[in-house]
Amino acid sequence: MDINYTPAELEFRDEVRAFVSVALPDDIAAKVRLGKHLSKDDHQRWQRILAKRGWYAANWPVEHGGTGWSVVQKHIFEEECAAFGAPRLISFGVNMVAPVIIKFGTQTQKDHYLPRILSGEDWWCQGYSEPGAGSDLASLKTRAVRDGEHYIVNGQKTWTTLGQHANMIFCLVRTDPDAQQQRGISFLLIDMASPGITVRPIITLDGDHEVNEVFFDNVRVPVANLVGEENQGWTCAKYLLTHERTGQAGIAQSKAALAQLKQVAARELRNGRPLLDDPLFRAQVAEVEIQLLAIEVSTLRILAAAQAGGVPGAESSILKIKGSEIRQAISHLLRKALGVHALPFVEEELDFDHAGELRHADYSAAPAGQYFNLRKLSIYGGSNEIQKNIIAKMILEL
Amino acid sequence: MDFTLSEEQQMLQDTVVRLVRDSYSFEQREQFYRSEPGFSWAFWQQLGELGLCSVPIAEAHGGFGGSGVDNLLIMTELGRNLCLEPFLQSQIHGAGLLQQLGNAQQCEALLPRVASGELQLAVALEESQSHYLLHDVQTRAVVVDGGWKLSGHKVVVVGGHSAGLILLSARTAGEPLDEQGISLFLLDPASVGVSRRAYPNIDGPHACDVVLDEVFIAADSLLGEPGRALPALRYQRGRAIAAQCAEAVGGMQEAFRLTLDYLKTRQQFGAPIGKFQVLQHRMADMRGELELASSMAILAACVADEVDSEERSRRLAAAKFVVVRAARFIAEQAIQLHGGIGMTWEYNLAHHAKRLVMLSHQLGDDDHHLQAYAELLKSA
Repeated sequence: MDINYTPAELEFRDEVRAFVSVALPDDIAAKVRLGKHLSKDDHQRWQRILAKRGWYAANWPVEHGGTGWSVVQKHIFEEECAAFGAPRLISFGVNMVAPVIIKFGTQTQKDHYLPRILSGEDWWCQGYSEPGAGSDLASLKTRAVRDGEHYIVNGQKTWTTLGQHANMIFCLVRTDPDAQQQRGISFLLIDMASPGITVRPIITLDGDHEVNEVFFDNVRVPVANLVGEENQGWTCAKYLLTHERTGQAGIAQSKAALAQLKQVAARELRNGRPLLDDPLFRAQVAEVEIQLLAIEVSTLRILAAAQAGGVPGAESSILKIKGSEIRQAISHLLRKALGVHALPFVEEELDFDHAGELRHADYSAAPAGQYFNLRKLSIYGGSNEIQKNIIAKMILEL
Repeated sequence: MDFTLSEEQQMLQDTVVRLVRDSYSFEQREQFYRSEPGFSWAFWQQLGELGLCSVPIAEAHGGFGGSGVDNLLIMTELGRNLCLEPFLQSQIHGAGLLQQLGNAQQCEALLPRVASGELQLAVALEESQSHYLLHDVQTRAVVVDGGWKLSGHKVVVVGGHSAGLILLSARTAGEPLDEQGISLFLLDPASVGVSRRAYPNIDGPHACDVVLDEVFIAADSLLGEPGRALPALRYQRGRAIAAQCAEAVGGMQEAFRLTLDYLKTRQQFGAPIGKFQVLQHRMADMRGELELASSMAILAACVADEVDSEERSRRLAAAKFVVVRAARFIAEQAIQLHGGIGMTWEYNLAHHAKRLVMLSHQLGDDDHHLQAYAELLKSA
């Protein structure tokens, strides 16, 4: 056992650090640090830069253009990227649908979709949740009825993150309404430009347009877009969710957020000295840092075990719970650190080019909204309560 | 980074697992607890014969030269079976101090006897007012002809009642809270003027208070330079904390296992109570805490023997903090999920719960270590 990085791992860290410090555009880093809005182009620019270096699809097998990195290397990579203010990769394509296509897709599907994900030509979104199917995902009602070489899709998806940018959506649809809940579901790839698709924004409590509703009205989808077998889509869904969950610990983002918290608390004053030197506040910062360390070591342990034994197991549910809780705790402290400055809600302040007339620190515009936005962490990807059900069933066998 | 055990470490683990399974049932433990000196000398002897007592001690002094991870493996199993022997106090904390501060002569004379299990050590650092602060030392040592004269009062010295030698901090210069002027001495408890009052602690192991009334000890009883012991006291407490974290993880795993078994067998409202979601989620929470505590025990074991640094201190304080919080949570919830049976003396879970809660009262509690961490917090 050795908790320290090996010389090779340290060398890798230096390599990543050297690359990211130069390659990451300053304007993108500044936006991320200050919590300003990122455009579609910002995300795509960064993706292209990574793709050119061969580092975009870190989780893919080498033969498909992946890196072949170890768990520790991936961790180092994510940490370095986040530390420099790189945007978090939008995972729907590269880290969600791609692993499913690689595992369950046909050769034609692999040949068609994987290069387009790598090049950024396709922007994917996720069609899982429905108005009546949240935590109880298997109760989804969107129907796909076979009609010759097509499926006719009718229904509604919701909470579709960044669906406004997407040209492709992967959907769970019901192909056999008579089968037991999880049996009659299929995994379909759908072109967002298909006639009959409507995307409508949902504005969240922070005023942001991040999620959408997607309506399907007699949308024709080629049967060739089915991944895996008809009515076996739940297998794909579960496989994808395990991958999603593993990434959801978000250690790198939490570390970057903690660094931001310390910087802000060092600049905000209370009683004539930095808030970070206030014993009560300092102890709270210390506590989240300690918790984060514990979660980081746990993440590495669990992922290392998963790498040795294949697919990450239900332990990833523990990481999802702990990782989301700590990220929320840090955002809570950052909001608190700002005192009254957390209150003003001037949406233009989140535009990078906006010349603010408020004489507040540039870092004070985003955190309160972010705090509310991040309540999503314990809700999506299987709510934390669902994760506890999974732990109880899969690990504890209760 | 590597989280696997070497073949040697797996063998060590197997040895300890087998030993405690065969010699340390809960019923036997109860007998040991009731006997003089509150643990089993026979078991201690077995630890010596199997070479386990020698694991934490350097090869140069008749030991095995084990790593922090080796200590972790031993302590986890001792914790799993609630072993009462002062292995941590003697072999890790005491021997570590002796090794770090003792001169060649002192080490050669004593450490091989410690490594064999023949000589047991205890560590007396806490005083009535000190509240985990190692530099708050009021016990005094003054130079006299041919040695030192000690006066003062040390409290709750675990294993102090059975130890052949007690390592004891005393002030040789300065004011009560000065960081300078603290020295470490080897005290033969049979010396004239030493009185010990022994008692069991609520979590099982026995301890004693040590009153020193003008006790004369020879000059060669001083360990290291006079007045400069504090860095070693802090460093070795870090090693002891790592061992304690491992012990706690063994106890938490067992308390968790007992509770999970209970949830699967105890019937109420016509079903095993583990079918109720509110209890399932509580168990999931406990499992999460256990995961974090296990990680931090490993982290602590890996850094325990590193060269002293702020990073090492931070990590050890963090480990103790996480483990203390997790241990209390698991202990309290384990009792709660068991209901009344979890509160009875005759059921081992109750003793695990006591141990898990009370470990925060040794080597610093969560507040102490959070404060220590906060003081060392990096600003960016």
